[in-house]
Amino acid sequence: MSAPSTTPRPTAANSVWPRLEPLLPQVTKPIQYVGGELGAVVKDWDAATVRWALMYPDAYEVGLPNQGVQILYEVLNELPDVLAERTYAVWPDLETLMRAHGVPQFTVDAHRSVRDFDVFGVSFSTELGYTNLLTAIDLAGIPLLAADRTDADPVIVAGGHAAFNPEPIADFVDAAVLGDGEEAVLEITQIVREWKAEGSPGGRDELLLRLARTESVYVPRFYDVDYLPDGRIQRVVPNRPDVPFRVHKRTTMDLDAWPYPKKPLVPLAETVHERYAVEIFRGCTRGCRFCQAGMITRPVRERSITTVGQMVKEGLEFSGFHEVGLLSLSSADHSEIGDMCSGLAEQYAGTNVSLSLPSTRVDAFNIDLAQELSRNGRRTGLTFAPEGGSERIRKVINKMVSKEDLIRTVVTAYTNGWRQVKLYFMCGLPTETDEDVLEIADMAHEVIRAGRAATGSKDIRCTVSIGGFVPKPHTPFQWASMSSPEVIDNRLKLLKQAINSDRSLGRAIGFRYHDGEPSLIEGLLSRGDRRVGAVIRKVWENGGRFDGWSEHFSYQRWVDAAAEVLPSFGVDLDWYTTRERTELEVLPWDHLDSGLDKDWLWQDWQDSLSEYEQDDCRWTPCFDCGVCPSMDTEIQIGPTGRKLLPLTPVNGMKLPTGAQQ
Amino acid sequence: MRFTSHRDFARAFERALRRAGVPVAFSQGFTPHPKISYASAAPTGVASEAEYLEIGLRAEVDPGELRAALDAALSPGLDVLDAVVATGGSLADRIEASRWRIELPEVDPAVLERAVSAFLAADEVRVERMTKQGRRAFDARAAVMSIDVLPAVDPPSGAPAVSCAILEMVVRQVTPSVRPDDVLSGLRAVADLEPPVPPRVIRLAQGTVTAQGAIADPLEADRDGATIG
Repeated sequence: MSAPSTTPRPTAANSVWPRLEPLLPQVTKPIQYVGGELGAVVKDWDAATVRWALMYPDAYEVGLPNQGVQILYEVLNELPDVLAERTYAVWPDLETLMRAHGVPQFTVDAHRSVRDFDVFGVSFSTELGYTNLLTAIDLAGIPLLAADRTDADPVIVAGGHAAFNPEPIADFVDAAVLGDGEEAVLEITQIVREWKAEGSPGGRDELLLRLARTESVYVPRFYDVDYLPDGRIQRVVPNRPDVPFRVHKRTTMDLDAWPYPKKPLVPLAETVHERYAVEIFRGCTRGCRFCQAGMITRPVRERSITTVGQMVKEGLEFSGFHEVGLLSLSSADHSEIGDMCSGLAEQYAGTNVSLSLPSTRVDAFNIDLAQELSRNGRRTGLTFAPEGGSERIRKVINKMVSKEDLIRTVVTAYTNGWRQVKLYFMCGLPTETDEDVLEIADMAHEVIRAGRAATGSKDIRCTVSIGGFVPKPHTPFQWASMSSPEVIDNRLKLLKQAINSDRSLGRAIGFRYHDGEPSLIEGLLSRGDRRVGAVIRKVWENGGRFDGWSEHFSYQRWVDAAAEVLPSFGVDLDWYTTRERTELEVLPWDHLDSGLDKDWLWQDWQDSLSEYEQDDCRWTPCFDCGVCPSMDTEIQIGPTGRKLLPLTPVNGMKLPTGAQQ
Repeated sequence: MRFTSHRDFARAFERALRRAGVPVAFSQGFTPHPKISYASAAPTGVASEAEYLEIGLRAEVDPGELRAALDAALSPGLDVLDAVVATGGSLADRIEASRWRIELPEVDPAVLERAVSAFLAADEVRVERMTKQGRRAFDARAAVMSIDVLPAVDPPSGAPAVSCAILEMVVRQVTPSVRPDDVLSGLRAVADLEPPVPPRVIRLAQGTVTAQGAIADPLEADRDGATIG
């Protein structure tokens, strides 16, 4: 009897599939562990000289759509002698079974053991994935501590935005890469390739040294951290002569030369984003002071309108997706966004393809774009992000939107047929008072009042959504103190009362928020130093998993672990979170160079406290944040003046080439 | 592919229709849906060699070309074997029964044989299953038209070489549906049969039931004489 067609493909030689498959009927959503996505690549193990396992440390449904991993996966697999496979965090039900049956952390592509790869790359968009990293390392059979690893273990490399301060996971990773990954993975691959071709001289240590010498790969073990008696850092210095004092971020210039993903992964399982996503530009210089992404990805580099059009066309043909997302940190700021939206809407008119733009800019232009995109009949939601409730706090965070602008914009949306808009704010911002937050209620009331007057209808709504502020490294708020969860939760309670103080208006306003506790822990992890690693390990040992999921996150587990571990270092949870830092304090990430001049960051922090606004360098003269000269980069924006041409309609079905009928 | 749920499959199939450029018809309304109706989807965790569905099209296409285009657009493991032009009558009405094969690794065929005899001897075998409406009890016996223990064969490649008992059965399409796991629950109820490892279930065929109790091709009525595939 032949084996029934239950395995997605012939089993690879070193596959754990025969041992994994019997476990899958016993777990929830087994399809997420099967792989076999459209766009997935399975290569011959023995024909590859450099092998990468790439991980997004969250559940498959969140990790699969991640653009970073998809881009690196494709870039690496395009090289003939390189093999890249993907792995995601397994849910606790499967983790338990894997431990009981001795099944290691595996890739979903060919179900190979992660430990067998040369490089294990992990992409962190949030610090809340750290405990999942430990689960994956441990399940893989790799020693938890980098110091205990041997030549038989892969080199574990962290990347993504959280890697701009990898100190809390410095004990667990071998290296970290700052900045854009496309070229970095190729450079690392080349170093590993050469080192292996030479017969792996000097073992693991030599390989890490070669990586460190690039000055763009941070190898924590080559740096010592000294502390002052009061617990602050005295200095971070290399412990050997041949590694650089500072490690610099990577910047990919000319996004038109890197049009990835070309072959987006199309999963069988349901995931959080079911769309073809195109990054229309990278970087942002709006200068919102809380925004780490905007600070560490400078300068702005646009992808041209024609490349975007080409990527959308090919991406849709390849994937069969019917939704396109035009992504970036502030998509309406693309120099040719108007032509891009109308051009795409024209090209896909009459098809079932819908286009979406994450909208954050508060002005009428955004509504024009949204109307253009909804020509096919499907209205996507409109979200505006004033971020701060009062004019004063918006000056503090450098989000230049007046209350009048916001109300006018939202009313325009209502009169153009939108019945529901979402308003996004933050709570816990530096210098914030109860009054600043309570102004959110006034704003929401006025929006509804003005909307009812303009439309003559009671059938309009808005949702107020509140996120907790977390100070991040490499931002002007890196010195700021956090508010305690009690203060945050009390402000949110007062705000809720204020919104509902008018029953008629309150009924038209939805209120969503996160409470303050998870934000405080995110704050511990984002600005933590190497001593926080012991807290992460303790939490993980006590069962901490999937900390980004409210049903799995336990605040108490973190508080208890911090109380158990940190006092021996003379510090505590408050010291990392609610304490304001001084100008001269050595910050744990000072030796990691995002290009931003620390003096400029401090000046921007002082400007923030005096409520002084900073303009955007795309439209006003350079304000010397330091990135372009230190990274040898420049702003790359249009307009190119080109337009999207109508697509030639394709008639008939796509038959496989050479098919015999 | 056995771990694909029906929802997952439906999504993948709709995308494949777009990739293949099939001129599928859409429902009217605010969120138009492609006109596809699935007949009696196999439960998650079950492999299948015989699934059927109907697609509404905007334009006529050659069934052979449709089959080839769709097959090429679907993931490996999802194969389109045949396509015919519907001549009338609902596909769902022609799915009267399914033939299933259940592989029970590490189960002694003799033990299985005894359990099957006890099952067949019973007039009614009550089993329970969680459904969307909550826990429901129903008879798993009446819908089973035939159930046989097959002679043992070599275990599938890659699996450890231990004994493996194989069951083949024909189950009628009834409401509430009686699924292979319900029959296994029935075997547990009548004879305490507890498979030590999860069984592997494959749907072999679906279709109309002939007078002899065999399953006939449900698309037979739509073929104009010439048989395809």
